[in-house]
Amino acid sequence: MITLLRIELFKIFSKWRSYIGFIAIGVLVPVIQIDLMLRGQQYLEFLTQNLQQNFVFVGNFLNGYLIGNIVLNALLLQIPFLITLVAGDLLAGEATAGTYRMLLTRPVSRTKVILSKFLAGIIYTNLILVWLALISLGLSILLFGTGELIVIAETITIFAKDDIVWRFALAYGYAALSMSVVTALGFMFSSLVENAIGPIVATLAIIIVFLILQSINLEFFAFIRPYLFTSYLHKWRVFFTEPIDYSELGTAIAVMTGHIATFFLITLYIFKKKDIQS
Amino acid sequence: MDNEKIIEVSGLTKVFKELTAVNNLTLNVYKGDVFGFLGPNGAGKSTTIRMLLSLIRPTSGAIKIFGLPLLTHRDDILRRIGAIVEKPDFYGYLSAYRNLEILGSISGCDTSKKRIMEILELVGLEKRYKSKVKTYSHGMKQRLGIAQALLHNPDLIILDEPTTGLDPQGMKEIRDLIIHLSRDQKKTIFLSSHILYEVELVANRMVILNKGTTVIEGAVQDLLDATHLNVTFEVDDVVKAENILKNHFPSIPVDSITTGKILLRSGREDISLINRAFIESGLAVSEISPKKSLEEYFLKLTEVSEK
Repeated sequence: MITLLRIELFKIFSKWRSYIGFIAIGVLVPVIQIDLMLRGQQYLEFLTQNLQQNFVFVGNFLNGYLIGNIVLNALLLQIPFLITLVAGDLLAGEATAGTYRMLLTRPVSRTKVILSKFLAGIIYTNLILVWLALISLGLSILLFGTGELIVIAETITIFAKDDIVWRFALAYGYAALSMSVVTALGFMFSSLVENAIGPIVATLAIIIVFLILQSINLEFFAFIRPYLFTSYLHKWRVFFTEPIDYSELGTAIAVMTGHIATFFLITLYIFKKKDIQS
Repeated sequence: MDNEKIIEVSGLTKVFKELTAVNNLTLNVYKGDVFGFLGPNGAGKSTTIRMLLSLIRPTSGAIKIFGLPLLTHRDDILRRIGAIVEKPDFYGYLSAYRNLEILGSISGCDTSKKRIMEILELVGLEKRYKSKVKTYSHGMKQRLGIAQALLHNPDLIILDEPTTGLDPQGMKEIRDLIIHLSRDQKKTIFLSSHILYEVELVANRMVILNKGTTVIEGAVQDLLDATHLNVTFEVDDVVKAENILKNHFPSIPVDSITTGKILLRSGREDISLINRAFIESGLAVSEISPKKSLEEYFLKLTEVSEK
């Protein structure tokens, strides 16, 4: 199993498309950082203008933590687009290339093949998020230093400097879970067809449609909203509220884990029954 | 050849929606056989091979390989099989060496540099081992296909149209390799092809398949002996030759007459009699070309089964 996983990771990282996500993050985040370096103070003043009438702000609020939070807010909904490029190709890519025949005539069960590919996809997803964390949080801290974190949502919360890192760690942990749902969805579509474009388009279409449904403010859509996995993608923000709503978080984690397990089991069922004709 | 059955297929059927690709197929391959699996395109050869390799599930029927049911001993069986299924496809973005390393690792066999280079040398790819497979010609991929099939030193080698796309020299090299594997390494070989000449040269037993059904099965030599020869006589007077044939050999059909050549179908024993009759009648015979090919036989059989 370890050998298979190692091989799958080697295959992923031997394809140039696997680096698109890393390159995109590596380019986009510094652009945001440069922009905030130039105009960040104005932006911060705009956000806090009402507060400044009653409070005196002392310290470095335009710091690495704030930039990390802004980037995570801005990019996490774009990350699925990058992940799907690889997830959609994991199985369909083998079918397109005709390499299923070589792979599946080896003395290894289809369950192990599927599991190793799935785990490789999850590892890839996590590496993308680690890269995002390094660039958006790590580099921002290097460039902007540290300080208190001001989070403006329905309320304005200011977190003490020593009360932030663990929140980011858990937020990224949750982000990894939510992005794994996207990976599992792309992987499932990948098992259905023999061309990698189909699963990529289908996964993105599902995400876009769900996001649209989620944002329509009608009673019917309010009813289905809890059943859309996209409703839980941004729940990492719960870690930047005070107090943390662990019940909401628990539900979100359960829904996400349930989706991953369901998508994986469907993929496994399809793949084990599949006649390899490519 | 040994009496130990390596492949036992009984009542094998595969139905795809409305198409019956393989219909109640039964065959046995014995240890040491070079077994020719013949049939025109679409006869069900590749579907059968895919079922033997568990890529496709049979609709009904049973497959035993090395005496074990494929359904319950898949991994044990596949560990002892090397195969090429249709065209050889590889990870084009990786080198031949890396491809073999990956496939060998999955098979759990020796993937040392020495072993991989040894197998690449066997198929003549040792000088291009670092090149990405996407830069390979079809013939080179075909050789690499054979390399991956042999890498784990299997007991049974299944080759599905292994010479497709090769030049005549490449085809000969593959035939020589098959003979070497069978004769010197005592491998059992299951060779699928629609090129009958190819099978005729290397196989000892064969099945002819058409529309998913066995048309005929037997020893290649027996099947060859059951066929007539196509004989071309090159003579100085074809009209006279035709008259001699009509008068002395009325049962022998003349297929065609061209300038200086007369083509007929006869048994082996008739050739010398006809030649003597021509010479005694004063004809000058400059060439006799007997051609005995399974191709004719194969075409005839498949034509019959299509009617």
